[in-house]
Amino acid sequence: MRRSWWKILGVLLLVYTFIAGLLIDVPQNPQLQETIRNLFFHVCMWFGMMILFIISFIHAIKYLRNGNHVHDIASRQYAGVGILFGVLGYLTGAIWMSYTWVDPNKTLYNSFDSIAREPKLIGAAIALLVYAAYLVLRDSIQDIDKRARISAVYNIFAFAMLFPSIWIIPRLLPSLHPGGSEGNPALNFKDASLNMRLVFYPAIAGWTLIGVWIATLKIRLRILNEQKLMR
Amino acid sequence: MKKISALTLFSLFVLFANAQDSKWTKMMNGTGKVFVVIAVMLTILAGLILYLARLDRKISKLEKNK
Repeated sequence: MRRSWWKILGVLLLVYTFIAGLLIDVPQNPQLQETIRNLFFHVCMWFGMMILFIISFIHAIKYLRNGNHVHDIASRQYAGVGILFGVLGYLTGAIWMSYTWVDPNKTLYNSFDSIAREPKLIGAAIALLVYAAYLVLRDSIQDIDKRARISAVYNIFAFAMLFPSIWIIPRLLPSLHPGGSEGNPALNFKDASLNMRLVFYPAIAGWTLIGVWIATLKIRLRILNEQKLMR
Repeated sequence: MKKISALTLFSLFVLFANAQDSKWTKMMNGTGKVFVVIAVMLTILAGLILYLARLDRKISKLEKNK
């Protein structure tokens, strides 16, 4: 095992998140109640996804600049783990909203039509689908160099699509989801107490480091596979 | 393997520590039994991290062998 300080740091930050995340005093909000603690889990998935996509984007540019195939592999694997985090964010969000957004006078099924209109959900779905298309595009090209080049270019496009789909359009439209016109969700100093921020920032770092760890493992495995094919 | 048995021992400890009337039991039963949730979450986290660490070690071995 490659022992690195950041792997240990990531694990320690997550242990801290799991303990402090459940024990600290949180602001009382009649609608959220204790579910406000999901900030340390659900929201961190999205932050992790964005950071992993940024790393993937940087590797795509690096590949286009120097043509080193390691960057192509890295770009692909970081995008893959980013999509995993995004899907987990979606699933946890679905659980969270079904206890906080649902009209108490209606069933979950009957209030689905109003929830499905949420611009944040649609934007995140578009972003994830654009990245899913990245995987499809890659696998549909046989030639290794062509695949690497086209998918690196597409990766840059997919990253650019994150701006309108999750950072701009959802903030222009009315939404139940926090962080609309008032600023960044959870990063806004008005809607997260000091106590929560003490856990929230380490939680983002911890989850992201675990995501990076998984991605590096997949990259190393991929490189081993390619070397096997070369021989 | 050693670490996995340690993990199993930890969860068994949480299980059987319940039988004795101790400070531990008092803590686990306090504040709406939220510590039970923490124990469950930490066990799952530990299991996943151990899995990752083992995978990491296996890949390192493959890298050395080539």
